[in-house]
Amino acid sequence: MAGLVYYSSRSGNTARLMERLGLSSLRLGSGDPTVEASAPFVLVTPTFADGEGRGAVPKPVIRFLNNARNRGLIRGVIAGGNRNFGATFALAGQVIATKCNVPLLYKFELAGTETDIIRIRTGLARFWAAQESQTCLTQA
Amino acid sequence: MEPMKDLTHTRAVPKAINWNRLQDDKDLEIWNRLTVNFWLPEKVPLSNDIQSWSQLTPEEQTLTIRVFTGLTLLDTIQNAVGAPTLMQDAITPHEEAVLSNIAFMEAVHARSYSSVFSTLCQTTEVDEAFRWSAENEHLQAKSRLILGEYDATSSPLRKKVASVFLESFLFYSGFYLPMHWSSRARLTNTADLIRLIIRDEAIHGYYIGYKFQRGMERVSEAERQEIKDFAFGLLFDLYDIEARYTEQLYDGLGLTEDVKNFLHYNANKALQNLGFEALFPEETCRVNPAIMAALSPGSDENHDFFSGSGSSYVIGKAVATQDEDWDF
Repeated sequence: MAGLVYYSSRSGNTARLMERLGLSSLRLGSGDPTVEASAPFVLVTPTFADGEGRGAVPKPVIRFLNNARNRGLIRGVIAGGNRNFGATFALAGQVIATKCNVPLLYKFELAGTETDIIRIRTGLARFWAAQESQTCLTQA
Repeated sequence: MEPMKDLTHTRAVPKAINWNRLQDDKDLEIWNRLTVNFWLPEKVPLSNDIQSWSQLTPEEQTLTIRVFTGLTLLDTIQNAVGAPTLMQDAITPHEEAVLSNIAFMEAVHARSYSSVFSTLCQTTEVDEAFRWSAENEHLQAKSRLILGEYDATSSPLRKKVASVFLESFLFYSGFYLPMHWSSRARLTNTADLIRLIIRDEAIHGYYIGYKFQRGMERVSEAERQEIKDFAFGLLFDLYDIEARYTEQLYDGLGLTEDVKNFLHYNANKALQNLGFEALFPEETCRVNPAIMAALSPGSDENHDFFSGSGSSYVIGKAVATQDEDWDF
């Protein structure tokens, strides 16, 4: 079963979302030696952009994706943010999706709502099922 | 008789601030974001709204000016009392510096509304609206509740709760109106200015909420529960006032229910900034999509790839990246 990798700063918004999601996941630390993923994963990340959209992707996420092996295993991205930041809302998701050539699966605000949790949970289950059947077809 | 200077109460000399030795990385992160986002109202071409302003009815104009004096009052409180009082509780010198930026930007926000007034309105109308805000019972009541918590005898954690509610909740009964006008292609330059204010307030609420969460880690479980009960109690009291203020302002335009949904949505976000769970059920938080689109133009309102509505994703746009240039 494929996994989830996430980063949450000490504001804890993304961590609270992940806790309520209740799926097994790997958390990227701020100062840890680089974590390595061992299976395909969906990345969940907050957005830290300034008014011009610079610095959207948190540094620990950049460090993690700098590792080509990790980058090779990413299948999709889910991004947090705040609509009050206008056009840069959840921008980190768009940046990573474009850079890694994977779909931006979902955007949520702060720690997410109940609806977000349900949509992410069911969406991920369908997404991985679709990925697996695709893999089978390719192998057949 | 002049009392002798009491040397035992002389203020201690602070340590010079060293930004290369941080106790909390968040301070520098927020400092950088706030300073990069710095703006002044002169940057926004408000005079382009003169024609649009003249197309509003006299009632709509009066409502708009009143809403803006109400927002000015909140910014004035946060500039003169809120942020300075939080500075006294700062744990790190860098936090104090960030709060001084927040205090100044609140002054810029307050000043901006006067720029709108001088560009679009008659002096007499504006003077009348400032009188209105000074006498409006709901505006005064919410200000008193917040100021009561900013009082020096209040605990640092309670002050932060009040401050996050001001930044992330109380502004929104006012912010609704320029977003409403913007969604109808009215006062679009004024809306641009308001969006700059909204962006700043979002960072302020996030940062003060973050410092609140750090403070909560330092107190006992019993105290944490007490503060949480206090926070929800204060939110209920403020919401009562906001509901009445909203009815008074928006009943005439038939927008009250729409505004209340916006208030619920923002109240929940204010609680999230404090690290708490939502209070208002989601069915009461369904904000009019036109308002959401006005709030974050250009951002796909309901992006959901999972359910097939994520139309903005174009896979072919990706650029092939080399390992060595993976640095953004």
